[in-house]
Amino acid sequence: MLSYILRRILYAIPILVGVNLITFALFFVVNTPDDMARMQLGAKRVTPEAIAKWKAERGYDRPLVWNAAAAGTGRLTQTIFFEKSARLFVFDFGAAEDRRDIATEIRARMGPSLALAIPVFLVGLAVNITFALGMAFFRASALDFAGVVLCVAMMSISTLFYIIGGQYLVSKLWHLVPISGYDAGLDAAKFLVLPAAIGVLSGIGSGSRWYRTLFLEEMGKDYVRTARAKGLAETAVLFRHVLKNAMIPILTGAVVVIPLLFMGSLLSESFFGIPGLGSYTIEAIQGQDFAVVRAMVFIGSVLYIAGLLLTDLSYTLVDPRVRLE
Amino acid sequence: MPVILVTDVLVWLLVAAAAGYAYYCRRHDHLAAPWRRVFASRAAMVSLVVLCAYLAAGLADSLHFRARLESGGPGAPAAYSNEVMSLLDVAVGDLRTRSEKTYSAPFATRLYAKELIELPGGKSVRDYPRLRFGGAHLKTEADRGADVAAKALAALAAAVAVWGALGWALRGFARSRPGVPWRAAWLALGALLALAAPAFALSGGYHVLGTDKVGQDVFYLSLKSIRTSLVIGTLTTLVMLPLGAAVGIMAGYFKGWVDDVIQYAYTTLNSIPAVLLIAASVLMMQVYIDTHPELFPTTAQRADLRLLFLCVILGLTSWTGLARLLRGESLKLRELEYIQAAHAFGVSHARIIGRHILPNVMHIIIISLVMDFSGLVLAEAVLSYVGVGVDPSTTSFGTMINNARLEMAREPMVWWALAAAFWFMFVLVLVANLFADAVRDGFDPRVRVGGGGA
Repeated sequence: MLSYILRRILYAIPILVGVNLITFALFFVVNTPDDMARMQLGAKRVTPEAIAKWKAERGYDRPLVWNAAAAGTGRLTQTIFFEKSARLFVFDFGAAEDRRDIATEIRARMGPSLALAIPVFLVGLAVNITFALGMAFFRASALDFAGVVLCVAMMSISTLFYIIGGQYLVSKLWHLVPISGYDAGLDAAKFLVLPAAIGVLSGIGSGSRWYRTLFLEEMGKDYVRTARAKGLAETAVLFRHVLKNAMIPILTGAVVVIPLLFMGSLLSESFFGIPGLGSYTIEAIQGQDFAVVRAMVFIGSVLYIAGLLLTDLSYTLVDPRVRLE
Repeated sequence: MPVILVTDVLVWLLVAAAAGYAYYCRRHDHLAAPWRRVFASRAAMVSLVVLCAYLAAGLADSLHFRARLESGGPGAPAAYSNEVMSLLDVAVGDLRTRSEKTYSAPFATRLYAKELIELPGGKSVRDYPRLRFGGAHLKTEADRGADVAAKALAALAAAVAVWGALGWALRGFARSRPGVPWRAAWLALGALLALAAPAFALSGGYHVLGTDKVGQDVFYLSLKSIRTSLVIGTLTTLVMLPLGAAVGIMAGYFKGWVDDVIQYAYTTLNSIPAVLLIAASVLMMQVYIDTHPELFPTTAQRADLRLLFLCVILGLTSWTGLARLLRGESLKLRELEYIQAAHAFGVSHARIIGRHILPNVMHIIIISLVMDFSGLVLAEAVLSYVGVGVDPSTTSFGTMINNARLEMAREPMVWWALAAAFWFMFVLVLVANLFADAVRDGFDPRVRVGGGGA
């Protein structure tokens, strides 16, 4: 088990190196730092001195991968690649455009992101599985059909409309919760209820339909027929046998996203003014803060790989046949 | 003078390819059989009718030209307007130019905001000014209700007449092709005509869906947004398809180091959260466009290239799913006897892949192609909101929502632009989803067993 985990972590290294190379290529090779400086400074203020100053402030005034002017190991380390990309491996993200340390900012914003993402994930999972079990129980009936139609309709609505509609109805028309904002501690609850509810609601369509397909596939198997043949009630078949056996595909989809919950939700956070990592990312994209986007890309991939590892480990918990060697 | 935008060319190439594929399918019964199963579904036929309506609007909007200016004598060289127009702009008449000062509600005759109006006697009052075009033909504003009702009813009657005549004329054609739910398709067409005819008839005198902040007709904007959605939904798959198919089949067929390299490539790409990868790529594209203005002569061309780049970026970031599916299928197929036999006969790899593997994974390709469409339409709206979507000058559902979002706080609320974007987009995505489901059911070999599945 331990050696398996170790090996998987070793496998992750080449992937992270790949991610690093992709981001490096995207940010520094496709466009030179000079281009970025020109873009950020705006057309009016572009002078060679301004560009040089902009690059020096951000440490972009070095050669890309090979510093011939330096001596010894400095030839490799005093380069943009080492300073900006290789440093990511030790979670040293540098400073954002507003000169604040990105790592500190990320630590501070993780809490609000999780406060929204964890309830959405857990409640959403429970609601979707319940709905899907209900539809599977009443399969091939009018109720099931209505459920599927509702699911398809719900997944055809853009998340933006869920957020805008919910904000309008609940906050503006009914004045139940504040439109946006955030507060420390338990006071945050009143700000989080609505975005969490919307997050769950917007996921019901595709989620329940996906789980329904899983359950129906499982119900076509032989052991279900055997269970029915020995006289088990349909509810017992569904809850004791089908649900347990459907756990593997459910886990495949669910566990992999758990680490990514840290990243927060881009849309909800920015609409509801929650100071999490999602809104941080959106602000960085809109403000063209390349350092922050780079950092988030790297963290996102680390978390995704962690999710894959967690998925494999969770298999051993639900399926005793799976042995990780 | 025709203006040739790159996306137009690609869209029409895609139409030609689809037509070619359809013709090829008709000649080969085993290829036509799954499509027959698709068209036997009522949901598929209804959604196909609606999709065709969207497609017609999108394709009409994909033929661009610059109008000839009426100037000079008969011998003068022809002068062309700077404005790029499309066939759709011509079809909807002067809807494009009839813009007001700012917001106005659907069917309104007056502006949304009060203004200082000069009276003939030199005095001025603060009141809602009359619209320049909305209801301008009315003698008094009190006539509006009657006028709207009369026009709507006339259009409805005409629509019903056309609909009935069409049904009558085509009944022989429908009877000669049983097994297709023509009645459902015909009813869908009726519903579509009943909605579209009054809307178009009334848009001549009113702003049927109101006007937006700069006074543009929202109905017109919604029609223009359709093309952007369709382009993103289809051209992205055009980029993704060859890449995902080639890479996926090669990984499964050759195994060994080819498989290792390809798996490494797609695990790496996959591990970057999609939105961030797209955002990073689009940011870099923006820098490139901003620093190379000389490459983009007109605004329309710049916006168009940006749309194309967006499709390419979306395609390059989303081929991994298809590649993984095809890899798994090719791994299975390469072990089958007939492929082993082909090997034994010394058939080349390229020929085995082309003649034996590709046709047998075609159903996966088609299913994923139609399944991806609706997701891409939804993604466009979100990306435009995040600021990494289409060019701000391109009309799209995303930019419409983005502009209308800030108006929610106004009192009274400006709801019409949002509502228009919502319904146009919802219907498009819904029918795309329904059609995709029917295609999946028709093509999935597992469903075929036992005649109908479920």
